[in-house]
Amino acid sequence: MPIRTEPVTINLGPQHPSTHGVFRMRITFDGEIILDVEPIFGYLHRGSEKLAEERTYTQVITLTDRLDYVSSMSNNLAYVLAVEKLAGINPPERAMYMRVMVAELQRIVSHLVATGFFLNDLGALATPLMYCFREREKILEMFEMLCGARITLSYMRVGGIFQDTPPEFWPVLSDFLDYMPGYIDEYERLITGNEILLSRTKGTGILSAETAINSSISGPVLRASGVNWDLRKADPYDVYDRMEFDVPLGTVGDNYDRYLMRIAEMRQSLRIIEQCADQIEDGPIKANVPALVRPPIGDAYGHVEAPKGELGFYMVSDGSIAPYRFKIRSPSLLNLSALRDMLVGCKLADMIVTFGSIDINMGEVDR
Amino acid sequence: MYGLGIAKGLTVTLVNLFRKPATVQYPEEALPQSPRFRGEEFVWYEQRCTGCASCAKFCPLGIIKIETHPGGTNVQEGQSFAIDVFDIDIGRCMFCGLCVEACPYDALFMGSGFERGTYRREDLVIPVEELRQAEKRPSTWFRPQLEAKKYSPQTGQPLSWEEVGR
Ligand code: SF4
Ligand code: SF4
Repeated sequence: MPIRTEPVTINLGPQHPSTHGVFRMRITFDGEIILDVEPIFGYLHRGSEKLAEERTYTQVITLTDRLDYVSSMSNNLAYVLAVEKLAGINPPERAMYMRVMVAELQRIVSHLVATGFFLNDLGALATPLMYCFREREKILEMFEMLCGARITLSYMRVGGIFQDTPPEFWPVLSDFLDYMPGYIDEYERLITGNEILLSRTKGTGILSAETAINSSISGPVLRASGVNWDLRKADPYDVYDRMEFDVPLGTVGDNYDRYLMRIAEMRQSLRIIEQCADQIEDGPIKANVPALVRPPIGDAYGHVEAPKGELGFYMVSDGSIAPYRFKIRSPSLLNLSALRDMLVGCKLADMIVTFGSIDINMGEVDR
Repeated sequence: MYGLGIAKGLTVTLVNLFRKPATVQYPEEALPQSPRFRGEEFVWYEQRCTGCASCAKFCPLGIIKIETHPGGTNVQEGQSFAIDVFDIDIGRCMFCGLCVEACPYDALFMGSGFERGTYRREDLVIPVEELRQAEKRPSTWFRPQLEAKKYSPQTGQPLSWEEVGR
């Protein structure tokens, strides 16, 4: 006689160390198998979109820092691109190179954090995380040199960047470009071939290319499923059209592919930074923009390939000094929407790993 | 062979065991800061300040409180407003530096400190008296004239108001 069983529903979070912030999942299990996942978010809602409506275009930059707080350079970039499109401003060359360079440094930071916490979620407690954070710290020090802050940077301005690069930045950058490939090799030696990692991540949390496209996934999660879509190639902004780099692609779309994507993208980022440092020339760093930007009436959408996916800002201007409507398309929120498709049918132990492999940031999910 | 990957990984941890530590023991030893560091303890030069309140208007949070009365004299601008209150509530400040960027007279600078911890929120308001008397080591953030002099707030001398203009 079969034993009568019942599905069990449990709540994970919102205060849970593995949910990378205040995130809650309602999960229904049949024994160890996941039947259903319902992500519940909104615990970190700060109303950034509404707050932006009563701030000037320059002041909104500080709000964008706080969306995805591990990659504020990319947020700054997406925002200033949108305003520049709205107001028809062309930034000078040097500023464009600087912006691409810091955005790529920020991509490395974000991927280091993602890789570190992904391994933390797998049970490799703290050791790989600390190795990743050691190199992240070097980049944060460079950011401090550039703009005096480490996390909430407010580096970019509409029409360029706020101040020119200090001379002591360049030797530090070239040192970094020398030793960083060695450290990435070291992470790979430490992790990539590890049998425990392989057995835990291969074939779990699979996201098919079709589902990924249908649920509007972007970034490394999409490319791990084998879809070749990178805004830096598809719709080049700033000086990406002059850069030579490859878009790494996965095959299966499992957790392992998503991890490999991030490692491969870090190498490509280093290539881009190197080319930027070679090509950059002296010149002005900011277009002639008044302190209070007043874009003409109209709307614009600016987007970048942020470390986590396509980050876009949609703005409507009524001709005043503040946006009339401000909308954020955040990659973390949309990538999270595929969580259910990845998890149904998996085991309990794969849940946190899969969640970690999407690399979300609650500041951006809830805005 | 099974286990080879783990063994390879362990060599990495072994190498790291003999590396120089990346951390320092903080209160005894502090990491060097960059001169542009946007710290607490704003540096304000009353002699340069005209009471125009651009800084207060540019602050996204509106946490700079300025009260003036007509009748002061400013060394640069002549007849001007005298400052009665210039309080900065750093309990809400996010150290974005937009106020410093907005100041047209080079009167306000970011500071370089980071150790102003208090037990009460009220103590986090920097009153005007404290700003007047504080030792002035301005950060070079958004002040290229200080950067041109290779000034560093961490190692350099306090600057008087004549030395910080452009
Ligand atoms: S640093 Fe930013 S938040 Fe702080 S007082 Fe200045 S403008 Fe306001
Ligand atoms: S500090 Fe500068 S911006 Fe603020 S009131 Fe004084 S002169 Fe004006």
